[in-house]
Amino acid sequence: MARQRLILFLPLLVFIGVVVLFFVMQREMGRGEYDPQALPSALLNKPLPAFELTDLHEGRPVTSDDLKGRVALVNVWATWCPSCYYEHPYLNQLEERGVVIYGVNYKDVPEKAKQWLAEKGDPYALVLDDRQGRLGLDLGVTGAPETYVIDHRGTVRMRYQGPLDERVWQESFAALIEQLQAEAQGAGA
Amino acid sequence: MIPELGFFALILSLLLALALMVIPAAGVFAGNALLMRAARPLAAGQLVMVSISLALLTAAFLADDFSVAIVAAQSNTLLPSVYKFTAVWGGHEGSMLLWVWVMALWTLAVATFSKRLPLDMVARVLAVMGALGVGFIAFLLFTSNPFARLLPNPPLDGADLNPLLQDPGMVIHPPMLYFGYVGFSVAFAFAIAALWGGRLDATWARWSRPWTTAAWIFLTLGIALGSWWAYYELGWGGWWFWDPVENASFMPWLAGTALMHSLAVTDKRGLFKSWTVLLAIFTFSLSLLGAFLVRSGVLTSVHSFAADPSRGLFILAFLGVVVGGSLTLYALRAPAVASRSDFSALSREMLLLVNNVLLLVATLTVLSGTLFPLLADALELGKYSVGPPYFNAVFIPLMAVLLAFLGVGINTQWKRSRGNELRRLVLPAAIASLAIGVIFPWAYGGAFHIGVVVTMVLAAWVVLATLADLRHKLRHARGWWQGLRRLAPAYHGMVIAHIGLAITVVGVGLTSVYSEEQDVRMVEGSHAELAGYQFLLTDLSVRQGPNFVAQRGTVEVSHNGRPVATLYPEKRSYHARPGQLMTEAGIDPGLFRDIFVALGEPLEGGEAWAVRLQHKPFVRWIWLGALVMSIGGLIAALDRRYRPARREAVDRADAQTGPRHPVVTSTPAEQH
Repeated sequence: MARQRLILFLPLLVFIGVVVLFFVMQREMGRGEYDPQALPSALLNKPLPAFELTDLHEGRPVTSDDLKGRVALVNVWATWCPSCYYEHPYLNQLEERGVVIYGVNYKDVPEKAKQWLAEKGDPYALVLDDRQGRLGLDLGVTGAPETYVIDHRGTVRMRYQGPLDERVWQESFAALIEQLQAEAQGAGA
Repeated sequence: MIPELGFFALILSLLLALALMVIPAAGVFAGNALLMRAARPLAAGQLVMVSISLALLTAAFLADDFSVAIVAAQSNTLLPSVYKFTAVWGGHEGSMLLWVWVMALWTLAVATFSKRLPLDMVARVLAVMGALGVGFIAFLLFTSNPFARLLPNPPLDGADLNPLLQDPGMVIHPPMLYFGYVGFSVAFAFAIAALWGGRLDATWARWSRPWTTAAWIFLTLGIALGSWWAYYELGWGGWWFWDPVENASFMPWLAGTALMHSLAVTDKRGLFKSWTVLLAIFTFSLSLLGAFLVRSGVLTSVHSFAADPSRGLFILAFLGVVVGGSLTLYALRAPAVASRSDFSALSREMLLLVNNVLLLVATLTVLSGTLFPLLADALELGKYSVGPPYFNAVFIPLMAVLLAFLGVGINTQWKRSRGNELRRLVLPAAIASLAIGVIFPWAYGGAFHIGVVVTMVLAAWVVLATLADLRHKLRHARGWWQGLRRLAPAYHGMVIAHIGLAITVVGVGLTSVYSEEQDVRMVEGSHAELAGYQFLLTDLSVRQGPNFVAQRGTVEVSHNGRPVATLYPEKRSYHARPGQLMTEAGIDPGLFRDIFVALGEPLEGGEAWAVRLQHKPFVRWIWLGALVMSIGGLIAALDRRYRPARREAVDRADAQTGPRHPVVTSTPAEQH
């Protein structure tokens, strides 16, 4: 009899467990320690995919090896992307601060892209013309803008979806970039 | 000023809901019929206040009052009026107000249609529903005020409704779903009232049945509409994605289906009482869980609302109180002694138990598949996404077993069936189903595929076994028409709903196996061919819509030189959201096949387009079956047997409160 009564408490106990789990998740989300929307990249800690594209401005061939050697951002952008308008001035600021940014002009019309850079300033050390979206596909881009952090060996260390601004930079990028710079210097690069 | 009036009406509705929670309950404790009778007018008052609030919010949308924050976020002057109307529930706050309105409507419906139930029972049920109303309205008022203003500088124009939602299917899909989710609160309230009153007998099960079925009908239609909408609006012809939010609606449906069947056993045989109560609690808990997952930002999904942890915490607290409280009550009050098991292994009770176990395992499968990624992430085991392969691998075999048992179960009798008689009844149906299944691929002219054979065997089995039982029931009737008329509406409803299920099964199985698709590059004048149909792109042009510009293709479809249809697939860019390109597929619908043409991406600067062509046999059967299931449910829910006769109710009420409180049938208040 008593044992049968205890069984009736079982649903309650399971439920309490579920609620505790959700509570912890909610609290961490509230503190910003946990973000279920964050998507890791399948490329994390793997080399940047190999590619052979052309430079947007001069049309000369560029390969993945040209991006190696420096800690840098790889920024996927396009003129059709509204968030890129928002992000662009901040990229200019980053460039002034000495951050190396490679641009991937993703599924875009080269003429429009060149005009955009002429009007708004060009923060990119190099812009790849990825009008077919092949590099984007290899990177697993789901939408522009997206930004990847690569280290001096050309290994992908982080992926970020959405526009960059000062808050995002301080929260997600600043410490990592510093650490990678230190790694690069340690390696004597 | 008008939005403030709406907010004020919402505050009043909260006060009325509080009164609805407290006053009838006090009446039950004090044995005071006058207080118990207050439940009905309070329920009516609550609905009136929430309706005023919803009407005023709608007015703000229709009048383009962009000083109201959600109007600015979800509407636009160019938005067509019908979508201004539906934009009301196009975001979190407005949809929550709709939810509250639906809750108030169900509460008043229970108050209105339960006049023949014992007064103390009605008071308990409505007090529970009042408590739920308090929770939902408080959630709205304290975390998601739909009337919040953008003052002193309102924007000149709104950001427009998400283009995905600018569609006729979206007009009724959310209300239908909410009627379903919230409708399960009635079965929940009846279960809690029965536990609270200590009267866990067959009667509460009978009263709960039509309400549960009604909620189930709405949820069935809501899910089917959502699937249909996804099919033609998302642009790639899929109709079910096992997306977490779809799962959030599917879990209460599965549990609710189990509940309907388990209620039948409790009603007819007085068995499974504890189990049925637990299922009623579980089903409604899944509705609440769905609301939590969708609105707290815990899940990532195309459907999810903007994340807000404070809302998540509120719903979580509410979930904890409602579900935790009812499970505690259950643990303390549910009968611990197992019901006398006077049914044999081959009886309707046993087969319905199998039904319940299978449906519950299916529910838990979906639940764990939905929650596992969250759990793994929280425990830092890594990021996982559980996709269709998992769900299909577990869910489809479960459903196949369920369908196999369904045909047997229908032909069994209460208490015990004799094995050889059962065999005599179902063997012809079994043989015929096997034959139909094996012959079908050949007769249809499609490739032989084991999935098709299994699908057709099971679907035919469900239909033929149902008809075998019908024939058995009509064996003594003089004519079949007279015989049919003598059978209870609830039985007709069951037959129709099971046939509807078979129709959906055919649709799912055949579409999954026989669909063909092809992505082709097309310019004006290009030809393509798929599944015996010829496609000719005759024109590519720009069309101006009310609030969008579209690239529109004109595709002539013909079959062996005979014209079949002209389709106009579009790629739309909405003025207010230039980054979000919408695919509007061109579909030629048919009972046996759909032809589906969608524009993919522009190639070579817009001279050519990637075009996706699809041929989808029997896809419409998926939704047609859901419609038939709902019709069956409706016929069953309207069966008079579930409505207690006047005599019985009065007798019971007297028996309840009679000796101590001889006031139930004639109160002073009533004689005025």
